[in-house]
Amino acid sequence: MLATTALVSLSWVHAIEPKSGYQWLSEEAREMQDDEFANPGYLVVDTGRDYFKKAGDNGKSCASCHGNDGEELNAKSIAMFPKFDEQAQRPITLQGRIHACSREHLGNAPMKYDGKKAIALETFVRNLAKGERVNVNTVGPIAPFVRKGKAYFETRRGQMDMACAHCHVYYVGVRLRAQILSKGQLNGFPTFRLANQRVNGTHSRFRQCENLLRSRYGKAGADEYVNLELYMMSRGNGLKIETPAVRY
Amino acid sequence: MTGQPDQEWGAECTSRGASLGPAILALFLLSPSFSTRALAAGDSVSADMEPYYEWTVKNLAITTPIGGRRGNAARGRLLSTERKKGNCIACHALPIPEAEFPGEIGPPLMGVGKRLSEGEIRLRIVDAKQVNPATIMPGYYRNPKYLKNVKKKFRGKTLLTAQEIEDLVAYLVTLK
Repeated sequence: MLATTALVSLSWVHAIEPKSGYQWLSEEAREMQDDEFANPGYLVVDTGRDYFKKAGDNGKSCASCHGNDGEELNAKSIAMFPKFDEQAQRPITLQGRIHACSREHLGNAPMKYDGKKAIALETFVRNLAKGERVNVNTVGPIAPFVRKGKAYFETRRGQMDMACAHCHVYYVGVRLRAQILSKGQLNGFPTFRLANQRVNGTHSRFRQCENLLRSRYGKAGADEYVNLELYMMSRGNGLKIETPAVRY
Repeated sequence: MTGQPDQEWGAECTSRGASLGPAILALFLLSPSFSTRALAAGDSVSADMEPYYEWTVKNLAITTPIGGRRGNAARGRLLSTERKKGNCIACHALPIPEAEFPGEIGPPLMGVGKRLSEGEIRLRIVDAKQVNPATIMPGYYRNPKYLKNVKKKFRGKTLLTAQEIEDLVAYLVTLK
């Protein structure tokens, strides 16, 4: 009796425990991610570092405030994004914060969300928090947005009429043809995908998934995707940040 | 939905989809005697498209072929591994040795013709949600009216045509 109870509760823990996609990678893909010279994501980290040091239209660069290599940035704080933006009274992603900073403090023209430059900067900044544990707040004024993200995650859409949850909650670790379904964690983002051979932002990845469901999809940076990123990132609270990760 | 200018949604998007809970409940209520008669052929017809044929469920089976088509088992076998068509192999094991790495999401289909009747197989392809409202399996001949947020290219269309459904049924009943 006790053994059964223990077993049941253990499997329950197994179900809710976050798991990095790293766990389902092949040996070669893991080696690729772990080797800074083999991992193509580090080229984007370097590009991001260049942008970080480059002066904006008013002569300042990110580095002017945050240190030449971002050493003034707090890794623990990076791991808490998406956060609640008190001023705007809504959640803001790490990339959203970078966009705001670039516009307001450097006087730059707006960058494209998930565009090359923004992704490079986000990859560089999040890489500074590599190894730090994801720590997204889900209570207080941000709670309604987490709920919206969860509702999106669980809503059927598209001609395939599936929700994110169908694959990434109910069939985790199961094979869809040759591919193993992951838990849909975001701790490795922006992440190098072997499938398209580039570093992808979370919102671009959402769009790719929705396209497979033959669903309409939004623009990167849309409120729906910010909420979805918020919820999905919070599902991975406690996982170590792996940016730039290598995934399929 | 037809009034949308492109496939990208705007701010109105999330209010449109229902979350899983109510959808499951609604399907439970509708399930046993669910009929598509009220939304019959002609609803989703356009010039270049074949009409949507109605179907009815009785005892968890659809005994009449969709659109009165006659299936071809050889064509069905091809469809079952074709990526942009049936693609059964993505989730189910099939006795097709040249199709490697079958998925393991759904039950293996070896012997399905022994376990289920033709009508039961047809219902499970047409709309598996009639059997299990929470299923991941897409309804391959569900009324397109029930689908939310569909990409423009696929709007108003079923996943497979009536003929393709019957071809798959004809193939699967041979798996004894």
